[in-house]
This record gives sequence, C-alpha cells and structure tokens, in this order.
Amino acid sequence: MKARAFSYFRAATIDQALDAHARAGDDARFIAGGQSLVPALSLRLQAPRLLIDITHIDELRGVRREGGHLRIGALTRHCEMLSEPLIAEFAPLLHAAAPFVAHPAIRNRGTFGGSVALADPASEFPAMTLALDAEIEIAGPSGRRRVKADDFFIDLFETSLQPGELITAIYVPLFRADQRFAFDELARRRGDYALVGCGMLATFAGARIDDIRISFFSVGNTPTRVRGVEATLIGSRLDAERVVAAQGALEGDLAPPESDEVPPAMRLHLARVLLGRLLGRLGEGA
Amino acid sequence: MSGFDDSLLNEADETVRIRMVVNGRKVAWEVAPRETLVDCLRDRLELTGTHAGCEMGACGACLVQLDGRAVHSCLIFAVQADGATIDTIEGLSERGAIADLQAEFHRRNALQCGFCTPGMLVNAHELLSQVAQPSREEIRDALSGNYCRCTGYEAIVDAIDAVAKARGTSGGVT
Repeated sequence: MKARAFSYFRAATIDQALDAHARAGDDARFIAGGQSLVPALSLRLQAPRLLIDITHIDELRGVRREGGHLRIGALTRHCEMLSEPLIAEFAPLLHAAAPFVAHPAIRNRGTFGGSVALADPASEFPAMTLALDAEIEIAGPSGRRRVKADDFFIDLFETSLQPGELITAIYVPLFRADQRFAFDELARRRGDYALVGCGMLATFAGARIDDIRISFFSVGNTPTRVRGVEATLIGSRLDAERVVAAQGALEGDLAPPESDEVPPAMRLHLARVLLGRLLGRLGEGA
Repeated sequence: MSGFDDSLLNEADETVRIRMVVNGRKVAWEVAPRETLVDCLRDRLELTGTHAGCEMGACGACLVQLDGRAVHSCLIFAVQADGATIDTIEGLSERGAIADLQAEFHRRNALQCGFCTPGMLVNAHELLSQVAQPSREEIRDALSGNYCRCTGYEAIVDAIDAVAKARGTSGGVT
C-alpha cells in the first residue's frame, strides 16, 4: 500500500511541465488533485519514475467568461463547482452534479481537469462535459488544441490525450434563458459510484424541445450520449407519451456490460427509470 | 527556462526538503517523495491523532485541515504539501476550535473504539464551517466519507446536530 519510489518535480509553468514530461518519456505522470492517482500509485497499478506536480501553474487556474463560453481552468476543484458563482450561473449542470462527486474531503482536493483526463466511466464530470457540448483544451509537445467532448472519450480510461499532453481548461457554452437542465444518479449510498447516473441539457422553443443532449455514466466503457433518445425528443413536446417513447429508445443506445453486481438488464431498467424522472423534471421546468 | 534537473530521472528515491506550518509551528523535513502526509505527521512529528486507516481515501480516519479545508492526508504526498498550513486533530483540539464538538461526542458516547473519531471531528468541523445549520440529511451526507464500524452513526449525527443548534443559539463559537 505504499507507492514505489519516484522523483518529484514541481512545475511553475505549462512549458516546464511539458518539458519535464518529454525528458522522462513514458515514465512520468502529471499530478494535480491526486485523489485517483495517489491510490493507483499506492496499489502500484502505476509506478512512474517521475511525478510532475502541476498544481502550482497559474495558467491552469480560474473560472472566467470568454466569448460564448465559460473557461474552467483544469485545476478548478470539485468544491469550487459548488461555491463559484460563475459556475452556478453559466454552468448550472456542473453545479448540480458536484454534490454527487465522492464526498466533501475528496471534493476539496480533486480537480475538474483531472476527472475529465482520467475519464472514469462511472464519474459525473466527464459525462457532463458531453451533455454540455464542452470543449477540452489540451497542451502538449506539439502545441495547443481543442477537442470536442464528443471526440474526447474513446474507451475505458482512454481519451484522445496523447502521452505528455495535459488538459489546460474546459470550455462550456454559457447557459441560456431558453435552456433547462436536469441531473440525478442512483447509488446505494451517497458518495459511492452511481449504479446509473444521467445529466441533460435541453434548449426549448416555447414548449418544444429544440435541442437536447443527454449523457449517462456508469453504463459502459465511456461516458455515453444517448443519441437515439435525443432524436425521439427533438422537435416535440415533453408529454407522457413522448417520455415513454424516449425510454423505449434507450435500449438501442445503451448496452451495459455484464457485471457481478448489477446485471445488464437491471442497469438498463434503472437507466429507464432515471431517464423518466429527469425528463419529468425537465417538463416541469426544473 | 525549464527549471527541470535531469538528475531527477537517475536517482528516484532522493529526499526533498519541505517546509510547512503544522499546528502553528514551522517545521522543515527531508522527505522521500513517496512518503504520504499522514506518514510524515505520524512518524516524524509523532502527531498520532491522525490515523492511517484504508490509505485509499475511503475511510476518513486520516483527515486533516490543509490551508483551512479538510483533506485526506493519505491521498497527498508530503512534498505536495510543501508550503502549506496543516492543522491536525491535535492542533484543532489544543486551540479549542472543536471543544464543543469533542464535549458533545463525549457526552453522547458518539464513539466506541475511537479510531475514526479524529476524522469525524475534522469532518464535523469542516461541515459546520460551511453550513451553520445542516439538516440531519446533510450531516449524513457529509459523513459519507467517514467509516465508523462501532456506533451506527446515530450518536455521531446527534452530536453534530446538537453542536450546530447550540452554536446557532449562542451566536457561534469564537
């Protein structure tokens, strides 16, 4: 339960961090909040030669408006999702999801960028970047780039991050008056990983849904958008019949894996129940 | 420009000098990067009130305050905390910050073996500094990261609830 020996470098700038990683090759890991990485090191699931601490890089901090987006610095802690007024106003879905992320002491330390980079399919925030149509800003040896959340999550703990790259910020389109959101998850105990979780963001034209993005977590190898469900909802009113149709479409979108704890059919059932509840709340203007 | 010393890649286990303020006292240590904060606090400063339980961030026995917020000291390497201000259960206890919580835990028998109690108190202190009058539901939520295998939590929730109400009536502790 103790990490293997490693060297430690505290980077002051992004360039320093990238340079250190380039020199160490595959044997380096960036550390920010460390709330998932430290247990992985303790269990020796990972044993890098070098740990590069990026927590003191100013450029990775802060939440601010930038054009039509909210720029959320990668080092923004989970607890700040609850306390930062700009998040509550312009990214309320993240504000709603935050209390479900682990428990308070973990939220005091864990970072948004770290959660997205890890891409745990059972985590709340990676899935919410999908619902929000967020863009992930990445810095690496070959420069900066921005990747749509839709293109970021590839497979189990696999993202489009290349070795030596780090997330600098996440850009979330500003929440608008014609939009509504809903979030919830089903877990055995608050703070545990969800059996099924879901967040959604809808744009309304009057009583009709003009656009909707629905993202599930804990249902497969990656955070999962349910495009078939979204298609049944776009252009329609959220009446009871349509909610049932949306629930019916879920089967085509989700294929939960076999697991000892929760059989796929049960997980699908829970997803259906959760979807119904959230669409109900959306209909009430939640 | 880079500030990176390539020798870091040759000698993995070298020590690093760190400084921090622990319970109001400035300390400087030579630590190996792999040493967690909880191990340093216990082994070097003999602050054994911070307990190493699961060492995975699941049980909450190792909670300390780092720059004023409760964190798992098993999930931080001591080098990461270089420059930080740490308050352990001993510090909070000695300066009386949690005297009413301790008295209420004692009065209600909100502990049996006591192994989880330091973490419970640090967490309760954190909760009441964020939410002055939490509901029982909120208290239970806040305690979701602290395992107690003896009490079934009821007395712990009672104690925190009672302190919140008492602080509300008295206008808060100083």
